[in-house]
Amino acid sequence: MTVAIHVDHLTRKFNELVAVNDISFEIEQGEIFGLLGPNGAGKTTTLAMLSTMLKPTSGSATVNGMDIEHNEDGVRKSIGIVFQDQSLDEELTAWENMDFHGRLYRIPGEVREQRIKELLDLVELEDRKNDIVKTFSGGMRRRLEIARGLLHHPAVLFLDEPTLGLDPQTRNHLWQYIATLNKEHGITIILTTHYMEEADRLCNRIAIIDHGKIIALDTPANLKDGIGGDVVTIKSSDPAAIVSALNEPWVSRIEQHNGQVTISLQNAELHVSSIVTLLNRKEIAIESISIHKPTLEDVFLSFTGKTIREEEASGKENMRLYQKMMRR
Amino acid sequence: MDIIYTIWLRNMKRYLRSKSRIIGSISMPLFFLLFLGFGLNSVVQIPGMGGDYIVFLIPGMIAMSVLFTSVFSGIQIIWDKQFGFLKETLVAPVSRLEIMLGQTAGGATTAFVQGVIILVISVFIGLNNQSITGFFIAFGFMALIGIAFTAFGIAIASRMEDMTGFQLIMNFVVFPIFGLSGALFPISSLPPLLIPITLIDPLTYGVEGIRYGLTGVSQINPLVCLAVLGGFTIAMTVIGAYLFRTIRS
Repeated sequence: MTVAIHVDHLTRKFNELVAVNDISFEIEQGEIFGLLGPNGAGKTTTLAMLSTMLKPTSGSATVNGMDIEHNEDGVRKSIGIVFQDQSLDEELTAWENMDFHGRLYRIPGEVREQRIKELLDLVELEDRKNDIVKTFSGGMRRRLEIARGLLHHPAVLFLDEPTLGLDPQTRNHLWQYIATLNKEHGITIILTTHYMEEADRLCNRIAIIDHGKIIALDTPANLKDGIGGDVVTIKSSDPAAIVSALNEPWVSRIEQHNGQVTISLQNAELHVSSIVTLLNRKEIAIESISIHKPTLEDVFLSFTGKTIREEEASGKENMRLYQKMMRR
Repeated sequence: MDIIYTIWLRNMKRYLRSKSRIIGSISMPLFFLLFLGFGLNSVVQIPGMGGDYIVFLIPGMIAMSVLFTSVFSGIQIIWDKQFGFLKETLVAPVSRLEIMLGQTAGGATTAFVQGVIILVISVFIGLNNQSITGFFIAFGFMALIGIAFTAFGIAIASRMEDMTGFQLIMNFVVFPIFGLSGALFPISSLPPLLIPITLIDPLTYGVEGIRYGLTGVSQINPLVCLAVLGGFTIAMTVIGAYLFRTIRS
């Protein structure tokens, strides 16, 4: 396997804030690699550095064998990028947006026209090619941006939150496109997301990133296996009591957060009744109890002690949580 | 060259599609021309100009049209920034200088065309120029004003985060440049104290240059006009390119 992206102790600071903190990883050709983490974790900053839009404070990286600092143009030619925020010219037609891109990447005229046609076909926009982008829906715009990102045949495609703000149906549709691009065209894809489901469904490997650091990196299956079996979630008014009550050998991990207790254990089905009996005996009220196979959400929770949504909570809520902890 | 052409082409497409912008930016100089021109024609006597105020005003209005359109075209980069399109250009394997020059070429062409429209209208309301050379002299000065002030707009846009400062720039920079340029009145009629100020206004040399081309009379030697405006154009292009290099998307 050849390495598509090699990242070596990459760090980026904005004054005092360390947005990306000493991260290292490698992406192989043909992979779909996901950077999963809450908003503000440093995913977009990482992509900005890898696409040469931002200089690293320290560390280095290569994309398709080219250094991001010493061979900017080489890197830029070899990557396609779909930004988090829309970057189309709304006053131009779909075809004109593609044509502009093709000319910027110096694709000769005939080849350019041929490819634009093929790609607009691929993303099913061929029949709308002469319409002004202003009239396009969010999903159509995204598809057009992906087609545009592929026009110069990049070896690596960067997708920054590709399905942000799209409805579930469009999102599903886009996932299929991304998977097809990877499987049938062999394009290496690096994507950032804060949707667990998206990372789980699409990515071969995932780096979970929080506060600028990579806290876990593996295949989705391995990450979920690392939890240790199934997950039982109990809602209760007294979560702390549950934690102390369930001090049993078959519990591989128990954590409380936000009025909930999360228990990791093997063969949860067999133990649910003992959990209920134990808690009844100690007269601890159970509001609800549920069993599920571990998700990436549980993985994130086990590594950070927080759900991804809590991590995205505003500073005010962080402060409240902090005060709550101090009172205990 | 092909990159500059690509960006120029995009500007042209957008320009031709924005009918309201074309009409909007013709209307102001046209109103000035009609109301001021016809309104003051019988009252105002311009010494040495055959006495026709409207003929005196025409070069000023052409310059005004080019000035406003070009500054606006340059500042448009802020819109590209806000709508995210700038990123698409900045991440491509092309140099910032090429992008800036393409944008300048596009803005200057737009401004030039707007000026020509006013010029054509002027022919119907009293401009009486028999010399083809004169037209080409005027075209040359219009092109220089267009390039210089598009680059000026780009320089400002490179330093501005959003459009909130736009009104400020228009009121405190662009309007004074226009007002002091001798577009509305002859420089010699100003109080002696104010004359030096009009002489440091680069647009003065543009207006005078166009006036020389279209009427054959000017208060400043046209070669001096060419030298000053040419120098200003080069300086603005260099400054614009320098500031654009550091623009953040």
